[in-house]
Amino acid sequence: MVNYQERQLDRTFAALVDGTRRAILARLEREDSASVSELAKPFAIKLPAVMKHLDVLHDAGLITRSKAGRIVTVQLRPEPMREAMDWLRRYERFWSKSLNRLAAYAESKEAEARKRGR
Amino acid sequence: MTSLTIVRRIRARPSIVFEALTTPDGIAQWWGPDAGPVLLAETDVRIGGQFRVRFRMLDGTEHESTGEYLEVVESKRLVVSWQWTSGGQSEEDGAMSRIEIDLKRIDAGTEITFTHPRLRTEASRASHERGWAGALDKLVGRFSMERVA
Repeated sequence: MVNYQERQLDRTFAALVDGTRRAILARLEREDSASVSELAKPFAIKLPAVMKHLDVLHDAGLITRSKAGRIVTVQLRPEPMREAMDWLRRYERFWSKSLNRLAAYAESKEAEARKRGR
Repeated sequence: MTSLTIVRRIRARPSIVFEALTTPDGIAQWWGPDAGPVLLAETDVRIGGQFRVRFRMLDGTEHESTGEYLEVVESKRLVVSWQWTSGGQSEEDGAMSRIEIDLKRIDAGTEITFTHPRLRTEASRASHERGWAGALDKLVGRFSMERVA
């Protein structure tokens, strides 16, 4: 069985790979909530295309939508984002620090090798 | 197809970097995010061979990762599967991921490109992938301020 958290991470990262969707999330982060038409305004794409992006974000659990009359309001749901960040941070931290140490070690070995005349 | 890519330039020739990456003696010198010790390092550097590395961090916690060599090109490329384990138990529900390391000879020594692909969707073919991790970091930098849902 593919475990739930892994699938969620894949969905989150897949949702985030698109620039328009990231811009939507960034805006929702700043403004807490916005209507679909407000969200669509800054983009040079048509409303249906924006709706599709919102579907992807919704399926990934990154936004919630609520309807009041004719207005659909979109809000950010940050939990999956946080999980994705935790994943990324853990590996980023481990590897960027480890690779720094690797570099220092390899450079000292290189210096030794040169001293010995290669 | 990356979600985490790190590029470093190292003033050492590729063969030295490759040795540091693959030998237990080499790994013992750098593996881990802080100066805590490597407690165990085993490598069997051939396709299908396994590695296992355990280290202790300065905060006293011990971590272990295990995996299998999927591609081995001497001094050029390494691909391994990867999972975190803890006391022999797999973490992250046994989730396996994959790590790719490429070494390129440059004048100054070696350029090492470390990649941890995460994406398995059509999106992974998008061409702007390189900037993805950075853009994501920027976006999500805000979330680290512990926004309350």
